[in-house]
Amino acid sequence: MTSKSSFIDKTAMAGSWLSTLLTMAVPAVLLAFLLHRSMPAWSVSLFFGETPPLDAMLHGEPVFDGIWPACVGTVALVALSTLIAIPLGVASGIYLAEYAHGRLGTLFSFCVDMLAGIPSVLIGLFGFSLLLLIRKTVAPDANTGLLLSALCLAILVLPYLVSTTRMSIAGLPSELRLTGASLGLSHNQVVGRILLPSAMPGIFSGVILAIGRAAEDTAVILLTGAVANAGTPGSLTGNYEALPFFIFYLSAEHQSPEELAQAFAAALVLLCLTGVMLGFARLLQARLDQKWKTGHLN
Amino acid sequence: MTVRLLHCAAAVSALSVLAIFGFLLWFSLPVFQGGALAALFSWHWRPMQGEFGILPMIAGSLCLALPTMLIAFPVALGLCAFIHGMGPAWAARPLIGMVRFMTSIPTVVYGLVSVFLLVPLLRSSLSGSGFSWLAAMLTLSLLVLPTIVLILDNQFRMIQSEIGLGALALGLTPAQQLLRLTLPLSSRGLLMAAALGFGRAIGDTLIPLMLAGNAPLLPHSLLDSIRTLTSHIALVVATDSQSAAYSSLFACGLILFIASFLVNLGLHDLRNVRRKGHD
Repeated sequence: MTSKSSFIDKTAMAGSWLSTLLTMAVPAVLLAFLLHRSMPAWSVSLFFGETPPLDAMLHGEPVFDGIWPACVGTVALVALSTLIAIPLGVASGIYLAEYAHGRLGTLFSFCVDMLAGIPSVLIGLFGFSLLLLIRKTVAPDANTGLLLSALCLAILVLPYLVSTTRMSIAGLPSELRLTGASLGLSHNQVVGRILLPSAMPGIFSGVILAIGRAAEDTAVILLTGAVANAGTPGSLTGNYEALPFFIFYLSAEHQSPEELAQAFAAALVLLCLTGVMLGFARLLQARLDQKWKTGHLN
Repeated sequence: MTVRLLHCAAAVSALSVLAIFGFLLWFSLPVFQGGALAALFSWHWRPMQGEFGILPMIAGSLCLALPTMLIAFPVALGLCAFIHGMGPAWAARPLIGMVRFMTSIPTVVYGLVSVFLLVPLLRSSLSGSGFSWLAAMLTLSLLVLPTIVLILDNQFRMIQSEIGLGALALGLTPAQQLLRLTLPLSSRGLLMAAALGFGRAIGDTLIPLMLAGNAPLLPHSLLDSIRTLTSHIALVVATDSQSAAYSSLFACGLILFIASFLVNLGLHDLRNVRRKGHD
């Protein structure tokens, strides 16, 4: 080794250590800061304010100064959007993995990749323009609301579902296909009875990732109907509260240190939610990989 | 029958991207008629006086996304090099796990922590309000970092599984193998990671909205406030100003859409070239 190349080696080594240490510090600082600042807010009243928790949960008593309505809003939003996106996304993934050929297949997968790369604010803007169109044509007094947001979020998470479904099916060992064919099954039967059940954990992990993504996105709901004070969502077309919007709103508009602490606590709740979702998704993917590596069929 | 249903589902998924494009185009049409186009490409955004220039926002988006990549990409590369040979082997798995966890941190949480940690720090150590180009740039780099790392990791892993044995036989240390073989061989992966990272950086709304101050002006220093296309869209829709602003809003959307289309076209080509190269 000449001295010049050993200099490069050393610089690269130093840079690599430095960037690793820097990056490692980020999640640590972030978590510590969130914990520290949210400390004053941790109690039952963080969620329910002055309202008794059971009344709020079972009888729909209105909650003031609590994050309960925002939690319910986020759950409703995620449930609705995944309800729309799962059938569409999984079916598209199966189609792209097993039935799409030639130019049409390339075009479809390009479109799905494109959808994955679109900034979420554009999907929100799409929802907003959809609303303008509806106002002009069928319902002049239509307004932003839960259903519109759910529809836009469904479009946002669609590519995740399509690509995980497609990858899980395409990643299955080719022996499975051959076994099916040798048993005299038709292609449709191979897909429906063998490939799809085998790829289930992978598909499920995609669903969980989609849930996490739908729960955390703020740009879409900012444009399509999330507001600061709506209470628990009452109808599909009404405005609603949601956790990410609650955090965003309070970061700029908090009236007191207590409210700010609440925003930090809400951020920690949201972070736990997305973190747990990711953990589950990884677990399922690992199980899928493991299953085919060791050769056990069940 | 089932196949036809599946076909329809795929068509709907593919068409939704076209629908988004169609809506943006349709609603920004008024801009292309008459002399409105010249008015659009001006440096002045003064809705009260009827001036709807969006050049400051285009400049803002580029000013934010490009330097963000200049910070994030080298750090991501360094981290990936650490995982693949520069650091101890036992550190690889926990580090990748940590990067995966970073991808799951909601954008709004990054924004919140930066508003109350980074912004006061900038305010007290430098000058100004702290809500600045610099604050948004640093936070956005953290946001795009995991995306870049995961793609690079994938690429490095693929190449090392191909050349690992040969490099061992030549007596190269893991660090040498990485610097002399893996890195030069993964130029395409590097480009893909850069393209995807750039796409994320230019498309993010919340970080510039919360941190960059949002003044529609060309910045002169890192501590100046800027406004990006994305945060501009969010601000105008949220404040619901006159509807004359709307068509320029959709023009902003159209520009963003075209930018992400170009990024995807580049990625598509990179993937195809790689596939051919491996045959």
